[in-house]
Amino acid sequence: MAKRSIVPFGPQHPVLPEPIHLDLVLEDEVVVDAVPSIGFVHRGLEKLVETKDFKEYVYIAERVCGICSFGHGLGYCQTLEQIMNVEVPPRARYLRTIWMEMSRVHSHLLWLGLLADAMGFESLFMESWKLREKILDMFDATTGGRVIFSVNCIGGVLKDMDETMLKNIVDTCNEMEKELKPIADAFLRDYTTGSRLRGLGVLTPEQATLMGAVGPMLRASGIAYDARKLGYAAYDELDLEPITSNDGDSYARCEVRIREISQSFDLIRQAAARIPAGPIAVPVKGFPKGEYFTRIEQPRGEAIYYVKANGTKFIDRFRLRTPTTSNIPPMLNMLKGCQLADVPLLILTIDPCISCTER
Amino acid sequence: MKKLAKSPWLLHYDASSCNGCDIEVLACTTPKYDIERFGIINTGDPFQADILLITGGVNAQCESVVKQLYEQMPNPKVVVAVGICACTGGVFKDCYNIKGGIDTVIPVDVYVPGCAARPQAIIDGVVKALEILEEKRRNYHENKEEG
Amino acid sequence: MEAANTIEPITMARFMPQVIRFKMDGWRVVQICAARLPDGYELSYSFAKGYDMRTLRLTVATEESVPSITQVYPGAFLQENEAAELFGVKVESIQGDYHDKLYRIARPTPFKEKG
Repeated sequence: MAKRSIVPFGPQHPVLPEPIHLDLVLEDEVVVDAVPSIGFVHRGLEKLVETKDFKEYVYIAERVCGICSFGHGLGYCQTLEQIMNVEVPPRARYLRTIWMEMSRVHSHLLWLGLLADAMGFESLFMESWKLREKILDMFDATTGGRVIFSVNCIGGVLKDMDETMLKNIVDTCNEMEKELKPIADAFLRDYTTGSRLRGLGVLTPEQATLMGAVGPMLRASGIAYDARKLGYAAYDELDLEPITSNDGDSYARCEVRIREISQSFDLIRQAAARIPAGPIAVPVKGFPKGEYFTRIEQPRGEAIYYVKANGTKFIDRFRLRTPTTSNIPPMLNMLKGCQLADVPLLILTIDPCISCTER
Repeated sequence: MKKLAKSPWLLHYDASSCNGCDIEVLACTTPKYDIERFGIINTGDPFQADILLITGGVNAQCESVVKQLYEQMPNPKVVVAVGICACTGGVFKDCYNIKGGIDTVIPVDVYVPGCAARPQAIIDGVVKALEILEEKRRNYHENKEEG
Repeated sequence: MEAANTIEPITMARFMPQVIRFKMDGWRVVQICAARLPDGYELSYSFAKGYDMRTLRLTVATEESVPSITQVYPGAFLQENEAAELFGVKVESIQGDYHDKLYRIARPTPFKEKG
């Protein structure tokens, strides 16, 4: 008869940059159940929309999360632009696309580093984060901020990039693509990382759909769904195919994210080549009235933004369903049956973003 | 900078922040900023930490965790509040679930402003914290000898 | 790409059968959102298949309870718990009910009143 015990995991844990707590029910070393308790980062940001001017709230939407910051600003602005029938100038749409893809590169490299750290591969962590600094430098040069940069506004963007800057970004991307190669090989071709990741936490396509997985997690299970195909910002004018893998294990999730970094470089190059001249924002008059659901593809997956406005400067309801909210239930499914020692790594493979989830 | 008397170890905790400052704290330990050249190591264990780098505005639930981590750290210890929401509550100050600032829960020695705080500012804060740590260490030993 | 994104009002009687039909047809649950009305709540359940998204809209009175969809879609428990805790929506028999202890916030149902 196996011995049952309950092991608390978190909220403060060496592999977790953010607090989440799980009660793991174990039979000997095998996890039979996992009960999450969240709320360590819950601030109540959705409520602030009732007392802040809707234009001012863009800055708060961006601070829902410091990693997915640009995307949250973008999602909020797009929802209001839809409600208020604002036509965003093409140049602004392209600039948004470039920043969004740069955010994806930064987020995926950050995740790769954390994954390496969770495996105890310290030098690979350092290499990934060293490469990531180049993207942060480009953020710094184009917007003046490294992680939170407040360039979105309702009706467009606040800052422009000139020719030199665009060329600079493309050059950096080319350079980074070369430097990514050895890092990618260390993750995908190395024997030790392969044996740590392969077959760990398999999620079948049926489970993924039923539990509501999104983003790289869904695509690693073989389902080609990428909200960028909906064609917001300038994505409808760029060539883009969702990246998938079929195994559904941790290795597949790692592979999908690494290939998405290359895809983002490609999208940035395409956007920089096709960006039209023109204004970067249109003035927005009046107050919003109506409601709308927007979907955008964040680095971690599809995010939903909902705004219900009543015709005054204060919005009635803002709702943000983040990718991690959707990815936690399938993660709990994966945890059942795994070894206790695999738990930290498995939690990391969904790329959890707790401050997004709890807002 | 004066010679450091100690190789202090860091503990980082996210007390309801947005992640922005947390990834910047981690970025400090990576090759570009490399806080480890001061002999500093980022540890996950409060029992072995000298400096607590803490971000965020503290909510109702993590209050007890913050207090517990602070209690678990051995004396003498220094607390660095990283980011404007750790200093005062920042943009989250009006939220219903935010207490507003780390100093509402535990004593803070160094405040690092910024949203998000830049790595240079964080390193500056840590170096300041080292001086305070050294002073606390001296006082701690004197008190011990006296009584 | 043109994809559906609709909001469809639905009655309580037709709600659960429709959710089960979605599940049979292979739709996934996207999000659950509550919003405050003067005398009750507006609950929006979004489902998606491929790139199409349909949102079912339930309107309930303050004291009226709604059935949980976790029997059909077990992954929905986080968002149902959230609506129950933040708004005070009465959701019946959630699989994995936290009984208003999901976020463990300082004051109960902060979204119930304006401001």
